[in-house]
Amino acid sequence: MSERPREFARLAELSGRRNVSRRSFIKGVIATGVSVSAISWFAAPAAAPRQGGARGSVGRLVTLQVNGRTRRVDVLPQETLAMTLRYKLGLTGTKLGCDRAECGACTVMIDGVAHYSCSTLTHRVRDREITTVEGLEGPGGELHPVQSAFIEELGPQCGFCTPGQVMAAAALLRANPDPTREEARRAMSGNLCRCGAYDHYLNGVMRAARTGSTAVTEVSHA
Amino acid sequence: MMNDMMTHFDLLQPADLDSALDMLSRHGADAWPLAGGYDSFDWFKNRGKQPGVVIDLEGVEELRGVREGGDGITIGSMTTLAAVEGHPLIRSRYSLLAAASAQVASPQIRNAGTIGGNVCQDTRCWYYRYGMTCYRAGGNTCYAGARGAMNREHAIFGADRCVAVTPSDVAPALVALDAEMIVRSAGRDRVVPAAEFFMQPSVDITRMTVLEPDELLTAIRIPGRWAGADFHFEKVADRKTWDFALVSVAAAMRDIGGVIEDARIVAGAVQCIPRRLTAVEDGVRGRPRNQETAEMAGELAVRGADALDYNHFKIPLLRNLVKRAVRGA
Ligand SMILES: Cc1cc2nc3c(=O)[nH]c(=O)nc-3n(C[C@H](O)[C@H](O)[C@H](O)COP(=O)(O)OP(=O)(O)OC[C@H]3O[C@@H](n4cnc5c(N)ncnc54)[C@H](O)[C@@H]3O)c2cc1C
Ligand code: SF4
Ligand code: FES
Ligand code: FES
Repeated sequence: MSERPREFARLAELSGRRNVSRRSFIKGVIATGVSVSAISWFAAPAAAPRQGGARGSVGRLVTLQVNGRTRRVDVLPQETLAMTLRYKLGLTGTKLGCDRAECGACTVMIDGVAHYSCSTLTHRVRDREITTVEGLEGPGGELHPVQSAFIEELGPQCGFCTPGQVMAAAALLRANPDPTREEARRAMSGNLCRCGAYDHYLNGVMRAARTGSTAVTEVSHA
Repeated sequence: MMNDMMTHFDLLQPADLDSALDMLSRHGADAWPLAGGYDSFDWFKNRGKQPGVVIDLEGVEELRGVREGGDGITIGSMTTLAAVEGHPLIRSRYSLLAAASAQVASPQIRNAGTIGGNVCQDTRCWYYRYGMTCYRAGGNTCYAGARGAMNREHAIFGADRCVAVTPSDVAPALVALDAEMIVRSAGRDRVVPAAEFFMQPSVDITRMTVLEPDELLTAIRIPGRWAGADFHFEKVADRKTWDFALVSVAAAMRDIGGVIEDARIVAGAVQCIPRRLTAVEDGVRGRPRNQETAEMAGELAVRGADALDYNHFKIPLLRNLVKRAVRGA
């Protein structure tokens, strides 16, 4: 983990102590390069009175790296990444099925690893690379090999689980470009499909592996 | 969806262990340590628990990673289950733990869920999880133990008002490996054997572990005693992914020329704590590792079991899993 969030956490912690002035907090913020403008700092407590007296809590305006872009966003302490992506950043490709870590529809990549965004606090991923299904396209807008393979193999039926399936498959192929069918089955086992298109998706993963997942260049990692 | 949103809490993100412990002692019972969140968020979203302060342990580097030292290994409590499952040393010398970790929940959950959170997680009794004020929640009845209640997943041993079971797949493996839990608070360090870490309802019905509110599990030490032994882990659940064990068995055995020299056999999901099957261990020691010994082990394993209305199946299931473990599947 980079130094920034820890430094930020430390500063946020300091800011809650009565003997540290707001001025020294802001100075500290500027010194460590955390971009919190004075306006947002002063405005935030007014917008959320319950946060006003919090001792040592996280700040609200955060910077996220999403699909290769830097996004500034106002995030509640208890907010999940799925909420931030869908309702603050307009990235509705990420679906919410159960909101309980039991379906996989919300799967995204965090530093290239598959995670359920419904069960990840946004404040945890401030310094991470977040990739959603919107961020998989190539520089010329071409589909990711997993997406093409899913089309070829008629993966989706209703399509609701598809973005999550795509992300789980893309994460697998990053870590293991040449999986056995059994390895792929296991890696995809955290994604439910109510239409029961499991074998089609699995065929898609194996096809994507054959057709060169090594050529994958996610925008965020380019 | 808005109904599912968590209520407000203050989120603290300490950068080191001392700050985390300090925050924990400062905020007392109002504070909730957060590891991977895969037990916690269920509680928060269902509004079953509403802590004022959540202490996110993610940034505390000291709590993460696997270190070799002494005659064994030490695993930081914030090490993810995926990292435990994939660690070369654990795979080669303590594969029982790798096997158990690999069976937890789903791949995405293992990517964030931690070994510390897994052993500290609360029980999954559905009455309790959905907010009924049962004994465990401070009330004066047990809904799961009542006639006709949904108790298919519940205990066949050691019930004391509460009939909930330990949900952890990792815990039986740790007890079998004779692990030690390293526990710290702002003023105190202590080491608790894994077999004594889990709380019986007869002692304190409201807690799953011996941890005090100001304590953190910082690491789990696995001694060399069972390194490279003959291991067997088997979990039976309704589905291969996501489902908690109906019964699991973790076994470590050593035999010399086919004669069992020593054994550690622990069952999950049959009691509120991982159930060490000492009668089986004593019974098989010095005997040949064969079908006959396995049959005997199976019978010893279920002696004293007491089923509820809908969990009779757990008795033959436990018998068979123990048989397979002793026979060597
Ligand atoms: C859909 C689903 C299916 C699941 N299936 C299984 C399964 O099959 N087998 C299984 O074993 N588990 C299963 N789990 C449970 C999951 O593995 C655990 O919830 C997870 O391992 C808990 O770890 P965590 O890091 O997410 O903990 P958290 O939710 O962050 O913490 C769990 C509890 O432990 C406390 N805690 C965490 N770390 C510490 C620490 N270092 N010191 C003191 N207290 C601490 C927290 O305060 C909290 O009370 C499942 C969970 C879900 C949501
Ligand atoms: S089994 Fe335990 S947790 Fe479940 S209802 Fe009974 S007392 Fe509550
Ligand atoms: S919405 Fe996250 S797993 Fe179902
Ligand atoms: S395609 Fe309909 S849920 Fe999977």
